[in-house]
Amino acid sequence: MLEIKNLHVKLEEEEKEILKGVDLTVEPGKVHAIMGPNGSGKSTLSYVLSGRDGYEVTAGSAALEGEDLLDLEPEERAAAGLFLAFQYPVEIPGVGNMTFLRTAVNAQRKARGEDELSAADFLKVIRAKAKSLKIDADMLKRPVNVGFSGGEKKRNEILQMAMLEPKMCILDETDSGLDVDAMKLVSEGVNALRDEGRSFLVITHYQRLLDHIKPDVVHIMADGRIVKTGGPDLALEVEHNGYADILAEVN
Amino acid sequence: MALPQAKQTATEERLAALTMPDAGCTRKAREAALARLREMGLPGRRDEYWKYTRPDTLISAEAPSAALFETDEPMMFHEFDRLKIVFIDGVFSAEASDDLTMEGVSIDRLEDICCKDIHWAKELYGVLEARGQTPVQRPLAALNTAYASDGVAIHVTGKPSRPISLIYRHASETSDAILHHVIRVESGAEVTILENGPAASRFNKCMEIDIADGGTLHHIRAQGRDHQRRAATHMFTRMGTESVYKSFTLTVNGVLTRNEQVVELTGDDAVAHVAGACVGDGEFHHDDTVFVTHDAVNCESRQVFKKVLRNGATGVFQGKILVKEGAQKTDGYQISQSLLLDDDSQFLAKPELEIYADDVACSHGSTSGAIDETALFYLRSRGVPTKDATDMLTLAFLAEAVDEIEDEALAEVIVSRLQEWLARRS
Ligand SMILES: Nc1ncnc2c1ncn2[C@@H]1O[C@H](COP(=O)(O)OP(=O)(O)OP(=O)(O)O)[C@@H](O)[C@H]1O
Ligand SMILES: [Mg+2]
Repeated sequence: MLEIKNLHVKLEEEEKEILKGVDLTVEPGKVHAIMGPNGSGKSTLSYVLSGRDGYEVTAGSAALEGEDLLDLEPEERAAAGLFLAFQYPVEIPGVGNMTFLRTAVNAQRKARGEDELSAADFLKVIRAKAKSLKIDADMLKRPVNVGFSGGEKKRNEILQMAMLEPKMCILDETDSGLDVDAMKLVSEGVNALRDEGRSFLVITHYQRLLDHIKPDVVHIMADGRIVKTGGPDLALEVEHNGYADILAEVN
Repeated sequence: MALPQAKQTATEERLAALTMPDAGCTRKAREAALARLREMGLPGRRDEYWKYTRPDTLISAEAPSAALFETDEPMMFHEFDRLKIVFIDGVFSAEASDDLTMEGVSIDRLEDICCKDIHWAKELYGVLEARGQTPVQRPLAALNTAYASDGVAIHVTGKPSRPISLIYRHASETSDAILHHVIRVESGAEVTILENGPAASRFNKCMEIDIADGGTLHHIRAQGRDHQRRAATHMFTRMGTESVYKSFTLTVNGVLTRNEQVVELTGDDAVAHVAGACVGDGEFHHDDTVFVTHDAVNCESRQVFKKVLRNGATGVFQGKILVKEGAQKTDGYQISQSLLLDDDSQFLAKPELEIYADDVACSHGSTSGAIDETALFYLRSRGVPTKDATDMLTLAFLAEAVDEIEDEALAEVIVSRLQEWLARRS
């Protein structure tokens, strides 16, 4: 599904290399988790994959179902099936959440040559999905993320993901800022989307989330590289012992 | 004090090209306005109040010509049931207009009131304009009072069922129109006034609005279409106790527009909102000059002006809130913002507060910036193409001004016009 090879990325503005040769392959239907110390490059990887400005790829490649991602505009990557749930969802005053989502859903359908959803159909679908994430009608009408609590913003990201039905979902610390109940809701939302044709890359600092969203593979990222890959047990090891042992071992 | 020679010459040259209409009842007001004007002189480039907008083409003896805008687009507000009053190049057209009778209002042509001995409009014509000359001079308004060749007097005594729609058509490439309207809203009465159209190659329009205690006036205006048109407009509004005045202006296209709003809150608990959204592309200069005076207790005023500028367009905002001594509990708000879609465009703002009362809450802010890149990326990452995402953010930027329109259907029409404007650009 997602194939990243020897990806090197530096900041466009400065000579600072952040990703120093990332190799990562996510198979269809699998859930991969990435853990790693603060500042190791996890969010940068997710931004580079989704096409944010400000980074320069100096070597390596990233492909989604064989298609070179790095050549595409962010909107084309989205239409190709890539989705990033932001670590810090953006507030957009003046743009209604509902309008935003309908525009996004229909833009992607159009880009893929599918028919646009009618207003009525869209409404039906979004109401049901919002309900299961406990997002009330009022939040749908409000401007995107404006005045949302931290947890509400994260739930809103998952709602967008559910509406857009991407193939490759990257979740960047979606668990941070969530209370225990919200974590369950969000995990259920994610688990409901799990299927053979859809993969997940879950960036998190805590085992807690992985109790709910059971990963197939766990990677440890440090200083711009994947330094260790293992099964679900690896997350437990990090939870108990921190990164020191792992980092000492790979160095 | 004698005027500088250049100013005097420019003023006399302009006046020589004009003839004062032979208008019996407004004659005195016109002559007084002319005297005022001669004392002030027409605006010049060195005048502080014209620092950001060149008045040259607004005061020249002849109007610069303006090509007519060829379009199949229906005129603004066509879908609304309204009472239409049509002016073509500044001349009232009975043929194109509706019957001027409607319950709750009486409408007279300026020309017709002149032959009546007693008419309410005589007490208003030129009066608010004269009051509005201090503390800042507005010579183009005095010129208007003196030389206006047409206009209507609208007396609102009830709640007319339809909006009154002033439509300004432009038919000749060299037309130079001067219109003057007076409106009185009686106690408890309520009316919506719509204005639209390019009017003329050069348009000088003055509106004096007197709102009695508890009266309400909604004003929605759309200026646009013809790219080369020029306009200088003044709205003078005096407000009684618990009266409400809400004005919104949309401006698209036009090489030069100067809109002045002079609002005086003279009765307690009055509410005045003046707002504007303008979108300019290329040769486009748009100036909102607003002066709100609080002279009563517990009044609220809002100024909300948003400008989207691209390809070298210029936006200007000069806004002032003056709170007089004793105008306690004043709630004054003023915001002016521009969205610059490229580096060639510019926004010049002069926001001012002048407060002589101690128990007031006044705030103002002015910003100028580009599209928010983070928001743009967020939208694009969800699959919204760059152009659409930029348009969404542009409309979102204008939303605070458009939200000042209370009537949802009218607000929708304004939004769809803005969408069309954006769609025409790539
Ligand atoms: N635009 C930028 N300008 C300067 N430094 C940057 C920029 N983007 C990323 N960095 C730096 O790159 C490094 C990696 O940052 P990144 O946000 O990817 O880390 P992370 O692994 O997501 O950390 P966290 O766990 O705290 O979210 C950090 O040192 C960060 O300061
Ligand atoms: Mg991060």
